[in-house]
Amino acid sequence: MNVTLRVNGVDHALDVEPRLLLVQALREQLDLTGTHVGCDTSSCGACTVLLDGVSVKSCTMFAVQAEGRSVTTIEGIGSREDLHPMQEAFWTQHGLQCGFCTPGMIMSAIDLIARHPDPSEEEIRYGIEGNICRCTGYENIVKAVTVAAAAVRRA
Amino acid sequence: MIPVAFTYVRARDVADAVRLLGEHDDAKLLAGGHSLIPMMKLRLAAPATIVDIGSVPGLTGISHDGKRIALGALTTHANLAASRELAIYAPVLAQAANVLGDPQVRNRGTVGGACAHGDPSADYPAVMLALDAAFTLTGDGGTRDVGADEFFTGMFETALGPCEVLTEIAFATAPHSAYAKFPHPASGYAVVGAAVNLKLNGDRIASARVAFTGVGDAAFRAQGVEAALAGIARGDTAALDAACRNAAAPSTLLRAGSIEARGDTFASAEYRAAMADVFLRRAVASALQPA
Repeated sequence: MNVTLRVNGVDHALDVEPRLLLVQALREQLDLTGTHVGCDTSSCGACTVLLDGVSVKSCTMFAVQAEGRSVTTIEGIGSREDLHPMQEAFWTQHGLQCGFCTPGMIMSAIDLIARHPDPSEEEIRYGIEGNICRCTGYENIVKAVTVAAAAVRRA
Repeated sequence: MIPVAFTYVRARDVADAVRLLGEHDDAKLLAGGHSLIPMMKLRLAAPATIVDIGSVPGLTGISHDGKRIALGALTTHANLAASRELAIYAPVLAQAANVLGDPQVRNRGTVGGACAHGDPSADYPAVMLALDAAFTLTGDGGTRDVGADEFFTGMFETALGPCEVLTEIAFATAPHSAYAKFPHPASGYAVVGAAVNLKLNGDRIASARVAFTGVGDAAFRAQGVEAALAGIARGDTAALDAACRNAAAPSTLLRAGSIEARGDTFASAEYRAAMADVFLRRAVASALQPA
């Protein structure tokens, strides 16, 4: 069936099976492979994207449910020349090691600082509970979100 | 993981959803999808037809007239968790919504969907029992209200009929209420969840509703504990301790063979029932704290 949705500001009309997950539509039909599939069981958050600005797990949503909605993926927030402050902070604060969880972590963190522009450490840890990182131990991720929030407040 | 193929139809309104449920064999309602889609991906559920009510208008929001609070069935956990009104007038629900799943799950999952799913380890069933909530169900024969005591009937089973839509959940304000949860460290589901709703008369408990989730095949009330709590003064910790450990407390009921508790590799039946007593006491203490 047909589904029309806006991804990173561009309108798309896709022909999908109803059972196609949003993450599959993004990766396999739109070649936006920055959104990762980790656990595929709604647990790890690697597939997190923004749906109308709100963080969701794209492995736990059918593409047809995104009809008429706006999706933002990691590809839509910045460019190699002009990183999003959250990307910049993950880089400067060493908020990643292998990088697999990073796109989802960044999308969750962007939603988090939209709700809490000046988050406490507790708010940050609570806000990234839906994202699992097997490398960093989270310390530098928390630092990165703190630094990014400050940068966004200054901007 | 790829679900079994299904037919997808989108409902325009509640009446349309009821009609579509009647027209299609083996149809399931889809709201936020955070219970159903994981089950479909694991192929534990394989409905032939999905009726999506996710964009039906008028089913979201929290309304409050000073005495009763009504929740649209499609209100997300995140909306409940962020509600200042619920934090004051039904803290048991606000607290449960804040410890349910994780931020992304709370952003998509709905209160009606979670209740209709009837998961024995979900948070809301105990909360709704404690609140004595009424569930409004609409079918082709009209609309009926079902109380929480009759709504949660078993493991993944509720009173919701195959062609009915849960549209609203309503309950009286419950300012002295609390939820205490022992979350499973991996899944976040309740190993044990205790929900307490107290009516106070001055400094004394006039009446109580106490319910547990995670322990048995479905959430249940502990009416013996409710009766024992009535009449106790707020500051009488010895009496409160005794009431939460009396003959009607879950660990005693399990030893007496009056209830069955589930056991698994993480928590045995005995441990679950013992923790139910502990989290009950914590919920009572929290409900008695001055707002």
